[in-house]
Amino acid sequence: MHRTVTWSLLGAALCCTSMLVVAAEKPDPLGDVAASFKARGQAGMDRLERNPMQQACSQPTSAEPPVDEANEIRSGAQKRVRPPSNGQYLGDWKAGETIAQTGKGMQYSDDPAEPNGDNCYACHQMASSEIAYGTLGPSLAQYGKLRGNSNAILEYTWSRLWDSHIYNVCSHMPRFGDAGILTEQQLKDVMAYLFDPASPVNQ
Amino acid sequence: MKMKNGLFAALAWVTLAALNVPAAAVAQDAGDDIFAQYREMFGDDNPAELIELQGEDLWSQTRGPKKASLEQCDLGLGPGKLDGAYARLPRYFADTKRVMDLETRLIHCMVTLQGFAEKDLVAKPFSGRGDQPSDLEALSAFIAGRSRGTPIEVSQAHAQERAAYERGKAFFFYRAGPHDFSCATCHSQSGKRIRLQALPNLTEAADARKAYATWPGYRISEGTVRTMEWRMGDCARQQRLPELQFGSDIAIGLITYLGVMANGEPMNAPGLKR
Repeated sequence: MHRTVTWSLLGAALCCTSMLVVAAEKPDPLGDVAASFKARGQAGMDRLERNPMQQACSQPTSAEPPVDEANEIRSGAQKRVRPPSNGQYLGDWKAGETIAQTGKGMQYSDDPAEPNGDNCYACHQMASSEIAYGTLGPSLAQYGKLRGNSNAILEYTWSRLWDSHIYNVCSHMPRFGDAGILTEQQLKDVMAYLFDPASPVNQ
Repeated sequence: MKMKNGLFAALAWVTLAALNVPAAAVAQDAGDDIFAQYREMFGDDNPAELIELQGEDLWSQTRGPKKASLEQCDLGLGPGKLDGAYARLPRYFADTKRVMDLETRLIHCMVTLQGFAEKDLVAKPFSGRGDQPSDLEALSAFIAGRSRGTPIEVSQAHAQERAAYERGKAFFFYRAGPHDFSCATCHSQSGKRIRLQALPNLTEAADARKAYATWPGYRISEGTVRTMEWRMGDCARQQRLPELQFGSDIAIGLITYLGVMANGEPMNAPGLKR
């Protein structure tokens, strides 16, 4: 009799412990994401794996990660910024315009031998002559004209393009430098498109 | 993108010329208006109607190794019951013990009733740009048309239907790939556009209803009817993800999530799209 009671108590304890574990680890609603995809062209299965920023910023709209986590993401991003190797921030604005207009690059339907674009115009207003601009990001019209070209603003803009999460932890903008979307030269060309007084952005 | 931009610009300017809209007015108000006006020019005409008729023929034709039509296909309301069926999809089907959307169910019927091999049917489910519509596209257009005016009623009664919704919702916000994009990158803010194209905020009922109710749709830029599965796959491609598989759990999850968000809206597909 005594023994039975002991065993059933133990059983109850075991059952409740496992229930607690289940309650603490809410089942992942996503299940096996990889099972729904297949590698194609340059888009390998590794693209489904998320880095800490991507994971932290996958919450429903406007939910931001906790402060500590956010600070870690920001400072990590800041540390990874690589300034231009020769210290020159500005390239060729005409080449920059082509990059700003081009949405191709890194899709499985794209030719990996072709240079990537960054499609600034998908989300930003830039040159007043281009009416087909998106509104997901702020207007960049007259970017250099309004801000000058001090070292501080050049450095800031470079790091913004490199990894926007330094400034907005869950920014929607791709990490053009950090994620290797644009080359250093391409980043300089986009910088010139923003800052060069002759660029249509500043007309 | 260069060619796409070229097409885009050509389309915009042909439209502007036809509407005689002064360029200055466009510069000030370059929203979805151009496309809205373009669509208006079609009046009640939608090229999708021709494709619906092709789908109707396919439905009743004797085809496949079993030499059978699709007329006994059960889309959820009973064999051959088509009116209002699409407005209630995706749903759980007891015979396959899983949640299926229209396209997955059509493939199921083509396999079980007509004897086609599933792998052949899903190898290339969608037509290429400018090609004749695929069987699946034509059938989807036809079936969707038979729900015109029926309020969307995507069920959440079965546990698997609820799981599909939760999976779709979680994936909607899943940021991944070199560009860190999720569905929410483009579709979680109201009144925004990409280039000139207005972006529906699919996290709000108002936009989600209108968007969902018009798929499948005749896509002017594609020159054919595009289906919901195609739309999910094409978004994943632009997100720089690997290829989203036809009828996969994530694809059906997303369609279930969007469908539930759109519940109550009268179905108005096939729609006419940019």
